[in-house]
Amino acid sequence: MAQRAALRRKQTTFRWVVVGLVMAFFALPMVAAFEFTIRARGAEGGYDAKTWQTLLDFGTLAESYPDLAKGIVASLLLAVVTVVIMLVLLVPTMTWVRLRLPGMSRLVEFICLLPLTVPAIVLVVGLTPVYAWVIYLLSGATVWLSFAYVILVLPYAYRALDAGLRAIDVKTLSEAARSLGASWFTVMWRVVLPNLRTAVLSASFLSVALVLGEFTIANLFAYKNLQVAMYLLGKSDSKISVAVGLAALAFAFIILFAMSFVGSRRERKS
Amino acid sequence: MTTTAASSPGGVTGPGVAVELTELTRVYAGGVRALDGLTLHMAPGEFIALLGPSGCGKTTALRCLAGLEDPDSGSVVVGGRDLTHVPTNKRDMGMVFQAYSLFPHMTARQNVEFGLELRKQDKATRAKRAADMLDLVGLSKQADRFAHQMSGGQQQRVALARALAIEPQVLLLDEPLSALDAKVRTQLRDEIRRIQLEVGTTTLFVTHDQEEALAVADRVGVMNAGRLEQLAAPAELYSAPVSEFVADFVGVTNRVRAEVGDDGAHVWGGVVPLLPGSAGRGAAVLLVRPEAVVIEGGEANATVVSSSFLGGHGKVVTTTDDGDRVVVQVSNAEVTAHAPGDRVRLRPRGDRALAVAP
Ligand SMILES: Nc1ncnc2c1ncn2[C@@H]1O[C@H](COP(=O)(O)OP(=O)(O)O)[C@@H](O)[C@H]1O
Ligand SMILES: [Mg+2]
Repeated sequence: MAQRAALRRKQTTFRWVVVGLVMAFFALPMVAAFEFTIRARGAEGGYDAKTWQTLLDFGTLAESYPDLAKGIVASLLLAVVTVVIMLVLLVPTMTWVRLRLPGMSRLVEFICLLPLTVPAIVLVVGLTPVYAWVIYLLSGATVWLSFAYVILVLPYAYRALDAGLRAIDVKTLSEAARSLGASWFTVMWRVVLPNLRTAVLSASFLSVALVLGEFTIANLFAYKNLQVAMYLLGKSDSKISVAVGLAALAFAFIILFAMSFVGSRRERKS
Repeated sequence: MTTTAASSPGGVTGPGVAVELTELTRVYAGGVRALDGLTLHMAPGEFIALLGPSGCGKTTALRCLAGLEDPDSGSVVVGGRDLTHVPTNKRDMGMVFQAYSLFPHMTARQNVEFGLELRKQDKATRAKRAADMLDLVGLSKQADRFAHQMSGGQQQRVALARALAIEPQVLLLDEPLSALDAKVRTQLRDEIRRIQLEVGTTTLFVTHDQEEALAVADRVGVMNAGRLEQLAAPAELYSAPVSEFVADFVGVTNRVRAEVGDDGAHVWGGVVPLLPGSAGRGAAVLLVRPEAVVIEGGEANATVVSSSFLGGHGKVVTTTDDGDRVVVQVSNAEVTAHAPGDRVRLRPRGDRALAVAP
């Protein structure tokens, strides 16, 4: 008995050691990066918070690093536009397929998951002629990059929304609403969406995290989003670039944290 | 009953309207003929139960009336208006589903008010109506609960209140009780009937449970393979089935070898008058109810297999010398008088019965 207790204690200790090591492994580069950003400029060494002050004061940032500021704005705008297009595209489609075309669900799933298997570079090659038209018809503004990003976030958003749709009886709920006199728009807006709240939030958070971290496509299309700006800046002023990188990481972390919070609150409710 | 309920004693909704389903056909992808020329006419305020085995097309019929399914041919006329091609949300049909269908993000009250909101009623009217409806189904105290805070029976009550709140032309119930346990089921069934009589809405109630259908409806429609086999008052359905299918499906039926002559069917030395639609002269199978057989003294023609109590009455299972298995309904006192192996004499009581080709 005592022997077994001792063994269990040993196992617990071992587990914590492993967890600690892994945490240290992931934390080390971040700590190092942080240390780097607060190192004072000049020969005498020491630390200061100048870099972070610049970063947190958007006015100064826009003055001293205009490209970076533009990149941040562009990426935030891209995130929002991507999420909106993704939701408008996916939520009604997936609901409709569930209601009326259950036979198509496999096909839709396949199409939505397809981008996972396509490397970014292949996507860019394929999209090049499309973007020639986009630039010709709309403009060369960075925000149109959201078309490509919608494709990129499709698999993740699909998964999140699919889980949400599985959790409710969409067919019965919408038929009940229809019989009470609801138009299809009302069914979507007043019945389906409110019950997909968690799923819509997860899909949106995932999309935002993905868009903020996107580099390859933007760079290959020569658009300047946050990551591209960071990369270019890294060549001239690595300190601010690293600080931005850390900030972006923290932002993504907060988003994921918020997501699991929303998810767990929902579970407690039901 | 059929027409008296047309005016609304409770004054909760307007008088019921007539419903005419005519020659409805619905073939699903894959070639299933779910409806095969279904014709069903409902009088204003009438409560009709559609009864039939699983897969016979009951749900499809109800969905065609609700507009959730488009018939391939035939027409749906409600209150003199042709609704065949009118979308569901313009039909004013109150529906209660088999699956729980309350909107999970709304309270009971909000659920009931939903249809009224869509009809642009003002807040005070809505609140009043919702309170009345919840009161009608006995859930005033649960008005602020969400679906997950209510029992299945309560959820179905709220669904009923929600359906009735919009003063529907027709109330449609698709096996609303089948997910509930037996006790709640009978209780809610009787309550549905009480409420229907109070509001006077023409009602179509779909079920595969014959007891349920016979207990609540003015008339019961028995469906078989996409058609209406018989539409009649419960008592008539039981005592005068028009086909073997109906006789088999409603109540217990003995199948007994008999000889049809001009004066009726001859069986066990007695004569049974025949129902319309019976087989003509010659050998036939007679469908006899357990209570239409009597056990008496005299020359034995059957052997007791078992006897048992069923509460208010008992039953004796016998095998005739012809080899037919016959269940006889007896009084409780008679049960103990018949032990397995006893020889008895069966005699038809003389109720009209249906004879079918062997
Ligand atoms: N959406 C559908 N697609 C294909 N076949 C269906 C569909 N709905 C029902 N059916 C078939 O139609 C027949 C009648 O179904 P239904 O009306 O639901 O019967 P019931 O309600 O009496 O059990 C069944 O054989 C069923 O399998
Ligand atoms: Mg059914």
